[in-house]
Amino acid sequence: MTNNIITLVALPLGMAFFIPMIGRKLRWVPDLLGNITTFALLVLAGGCFQQQAVYNLGGWPAPLGIVLVLDGLSSLLLLIVNLISFMATLFSVQYLEKLYTSKLRYYSLFLLMVAGMNGAVLTGDFFNLFVFLEIASIASYALVGFGCEAEELEASFKYLVIGSVASTFILFGVALFYSQFATLNMADIAFHLKQSGFDQISIVASVLILVGFFVKAALVPFHAWLPDAHPSAPAPISAMLSGVLIKAIGIYPLARLAYNIFGITPLLISVLTSLGIISMMIGVLMALAQWDFKRLLAYHSISQMGYVILGLGLGTPLGILGGLFHLFNHSLFKSLLFLDSGSVEYETGTRQLEKLGQLAKKMPVTSTSTLIASLSISGIPPFNGFWSKLVIIMACLQASRPGLALWAVLGSILTLASFSKIQRYIFLGQGQEFDLEAAKQWHEVPLLMRIPLLVLATLCLFGGIFLIGGLQGPIGSGVQALVENSTVYISKVLGR
Amino acid sequence: MTEKNKTVGMSLVVQTVTRWLKGFIFLYGVYIVLYGHLSPGGGFPGGVIIASTFVLLTLSFGKERSLGKLGKLLASELDSLGALLFLLVAATGIVWGGTFFSNFIERIAPSRHFHLFSAGVIPLCNIAIGMKVGASLFMIFIILAVIRVKEINGRRKLITTEKRRTKK
Amino acid sequence: MIYALCFILFLIGLYGVTCKKNIVKIILGMVIMEYAVNLFLILSGWRKGGQPPIIDSQTNMETFVSRAVDPLPQALVLTSIVIGLGILSLMVAIAIRLYERYGTFDITEMRRLKG
Repeated sequence: MTNNIITLVALPLGMAFFIPMIGRKLRWVPDLLGNITTFALLVLAGGCFQQQAVYNLGGWPAPLGIVLVLDGLSSLLLLIVNLISFMATLFSVQYLEKLYTSKLRYYSLFLLMVAGMNGAVLTGDFFNLFVFLEIASIASYALVGFGCEAEELEASFKYLVIGSVASTFILFGVALFYSQFATLNMADIAFHLKQSGFDQISIVASVLILVGFFVKAALVPFHAWLPDAHPSAPAPISAMLSGVLIKAIGIYPLARLAYNIFGITPLLISVLTSLGIISMMIGVLMALAQWDFKRLLAYHSISQMGYVILGLGLGTPLGILGGLFHLFNHSLFKSLLFLDSGSVEYETGTRQLEKLGQLAKKMPVTSTSTLIASLSISGIPPFNGFWSKLVIIMACLQASRPGLALWAVLGSILTLASFSKIQRYIFLGQGQEFDLEAAKQWHEVPLLMRIPLLVLATLCLFGGIFLIGGLQGPIGSGVQALVENSTVYISKVLGR
Repeated sequence: MTEKNKTVGMSLVVQTVTRWLKGFIFLYGVYIVLYGHLSPGGGFPGGVIIASTFVLLTLSFGKERSLGKLGKLLASELDSLGALLFLLVAATGIVWGGTFFSNFIERIAPSRHFHLFSAGVIPLCNIAIGMKVGASLFMIFIILAVIRVKEINGRRKLITTEKRRTKK
Repeated sequence: MIYALCFILFLIGLYGVTCKKNIVKIILGMVIMEYAVNLFLILSGWRKGGQPPIIDSQTNMETFVSRAVDPLPQALVLTSIVIGLGILSLMVAIAIRLYERYGTFDITEMRRLKG
């Protein structure tokens, strides 16, 4: 089983370089290899679910060498990353036929991004986290500007500069920690921080690292790159970016740092909850004003990340449970929404709400799945979004902060309002500039694009099942990994 | 008498010196890659020096000459091959050493220290990385040297290939 | 003292990224910032009166351990320089294509994505 962990990182890296070597002649080879790879990764990630392991690379024990740590939180995120990547590769087989031509480079970059995300989730070493984060980020910068239109390149450049500045901040923080403690292992730094407390250099280093990860997770006021980058990417890449990238390299390191390494303090709790509330409200208020389908969804990503950080930042086990479950649900329904927008764009050629309309009759699968996803994200029972938002609101009340619960409910109502706008303009009614003549030849998308939509919609419908068992259930193992603070993490990795 | 200066490349002095020195620069890069476990260097710097041979060739003679020696397709294949070789060496560590990336050659057949054929798996990794870095830096340079924006009929057009189009 | 100079170099790079309008100047600011962090990382391994961390057949291990500088930051910086190289080449390629689309290197002209 321990070899499964390293295969999760090495297999997509190898296939990313193997596909350009042999895929030049035949057109279907990159598609087949890419889909087989992501399916194999999904099977491996499912096998690793809820296991615990520590893997020393090269046989060197921690803290001398690099270790890969698999615990409850890592296995949950691995499952999310590989599931959504499999859905996205299934979708992109047909999507790329119409819109883009160079499939070889697309699959190569895609698999590099998956390899980077898997590595970032699994690693127990700070510099290794930086390297995998950079692999995933650079692949995503290139994928955002994949079709080289003017706006896509502008969005890609903006994303590149802001993301690189954030990564440089993280590297500076890691360098400061190394100069202070002479070690790069996360558990070892946690051990030293527990023993000697925070002195000035450690405070500067932790602030730099936290700010770098706030930018990567797109929390307000560090969100400026997301509303431009996520709409400009091709639709399966938007699903990956919004669905897993901001979680695997943004939220996951924040949770790991805040709970296992720095130790949760009241200052950190107040910072995280206030950032969560601000992101939630500003995201949903900006989303109400948008007339571009994907830009609206991108603003909603910011808002839902605010919910997750609010849940994670409360500091109580119920709050962490709500935050992690909402992370899981959000990846399901947000990637479903972006894949829906991809199929709308594939069929109609536009994303502007004014020009679309009356798709409910012509594209039944797309409109049903969008309806399911919209009800999920707004928190309507019995879809999965309702359960996760309920747990977060209950956790706010349990932590005796009713003001936060009120903001969360308000955000949910406004989310429902903006998704009613989508339903009205695209599926049930029509936009102002709707062209009836052009609409006559719109029909449903091909089969391979329909399968991911159906699978994800079913998971959204029955997603509440994953909450059964609460703190002992599937999500609960992730909660356990965080709640036990640094002591159990250190003893697991270092043995002291 | 001096020749007429061609439209590509540099002057005759630079071209003659390049013609003499390019083998030595390449050999120096290979030396740094191979002796990476004994003296400073290794895969990355050695690959950069190997790529700089081709960069020097491009600057002195023009891109047709250097693309004739190492075309874009071959560079791309070498790039992927280097990365796959590295992963293969690392994965073979599982079979014999127990964990990924372990130095299995050193465990099976320990060698005398401080010689060229010592330190197990490290020279193999260095060679793979040197190949990869050299090929990809050359590709980056040649693509950025070839790409340019031309004003044709008042509109800007991106030229990404070095072939001269016969019809216009 | 020299670490403070590294930080000043970092701030100069940050100024270049945030306050300049030309894309090429933004790229250069980004490069300066990355090299400032690399410099800081290398300097953190310095030891007074240190020797290069190279062993050959004649070194004495006790004096080596007490005199040599730290070799780990050197490996880290090698990786970081290559990552910076990758980002730089991507930025330059996107800047060239941006010039083809917009006709200018001025980022205040590239405002098509709004709201």
